[in-house]
Amino acid sequence: MIGLIRELGAQVTTGVEGLGRVARFGGHLLSSIPRPPSRFGFFVRALFDAGVLSVALICLSGFTVGMVLGLQLYTTLTRFGAEEGLGAVVGLSLVRELGPVLTGLLVTGRAGSAITAEIGAMKSTEQLDGLRMMAIDPMHFVALPRALALTIAMPLLNGLFIVFAIAGAYGVGVWRQGLDGGVYISGLEDAVLFGDDVGQSLLKSLVFGLLLGLIATFKGHSCAPDAAGVARATTSTVVTASVCILLADYVITALWST
Amino acid sequence: MQNHATRDLIVGLFVLVGLATLAYLSLQVGGIEFGAEKRIELAATFDDIGGLSVRAPVRIGGVKIGQVSDISLDAESRPKVTLAVDASVAISNDSSAAIRTAGLLGDQFISVELGAEDDVLADGDSFTYTESAFSIDKLVGRLVHDAGVSD
Repeated sequence: MIGLIRELGAQVTTGVEGLGRVARFGGHLLSSIPRPPSRFGFFVRALFDAGVLSVALICLSGFTVGMVLGLQLYTTLTRFGAEEGLGAVVGLSLVRELGPVLTGLLVTGRAGSAITAEIGAMKSTEQLDGLRMMAIDPMHFVALPRALALTIAMPLLNGLFIVFAIAGAYGVGVWRQGLDGGVYISGLEDAVLFGDDVGQSLLKSLVFGLLLGLIATFKGHSCAPDAAGVARATTSTVVTASVCILLADYVITALWST
Repeated sequence: MQNHATRDLIVGLFVLVGLATLAYLSLQVGGIEFGAEKRIELAATFDDIGGLSVRAPVRIGGVKIGQVSDISLDAESRPKVTLAVDASVAISNDSSAAIRTAGLLGDQFISVELGAEDDVLADGDSFTYTESAFSIDKLVGRLVHDAGVSD
């Protein structure tokens, strides 16, 4: 019994300690933004790795998600004779929820894991220590450009995802099922508002990008410096970031609607 | 060096395309308006607004000219609807506002039927003539009642 309680206490302490380490890491990351020299070239490279290389995945996923939405919703809406509502339902669900969340999860798998693995490998081969030896802060040199790139790339990829999904649903709804294109688009434009929907979508994707950037770089920096440690850290990034994104999604939605 | 230039170009393109999609979502789909066109507010009091909701469109002969900006009760506790309407549209004094339904079960909107007077409604004016929402419930109720009476 006492042992169990002790175990619980140890778990809580480790958890709080981990949280504190993440916070300190985040603070360090934030405070190194204005510090010269500017690593703009590294930022561009990280944006290429995290953003550009995810474009194909995001566009394809968005398009297929849109096609499935169009097919599923159209058949359901037909039962109520409300096919005209397709644009509104597709637009609202995509802009508010599916766009930011699915983009967040996809980018986590595509780019977040890669960043953790890269930083983890650098750590296990003592490259980070090498940088410190040359008086270069690895936080500023390695982690910051990647975290920033994820934060910037997420809203852009979110926009791409939503536009491609809208196109996918248009393709199925209009060409396959025979809904009028104008009805679909005007329903979409009437239902989606900038303040309520697009604003929420942007905020969500920014927060998700920030979370993923923080988690991915932190896990890389704090991984055990061996092959198994890198593998664990990469898995842990995907799991932690996915859960955090889903939780943050609920919190933002709840706060937004009050 | 050549390689860097290509990569930078691709990243720049990526950012531009991403921003373009966000702009499309904000401006076209989201309908954000810069320096919003001038609107005037008109009031209309109804007996029954049915399922009319804020942001429902206001139309003249099917053409959208504005939207419902507020729904409240006036001093006599009758439903009062505030319409934000494009200022460039001249709506004569004796026009009437009717709550109509798009299709049988569709969304409700306000249809403005123009009158013949030369004087037009200005910001803050009210419609003199209004027509309440058509309610299927009431219609069925009356039918049932009438059927009962005729027996």
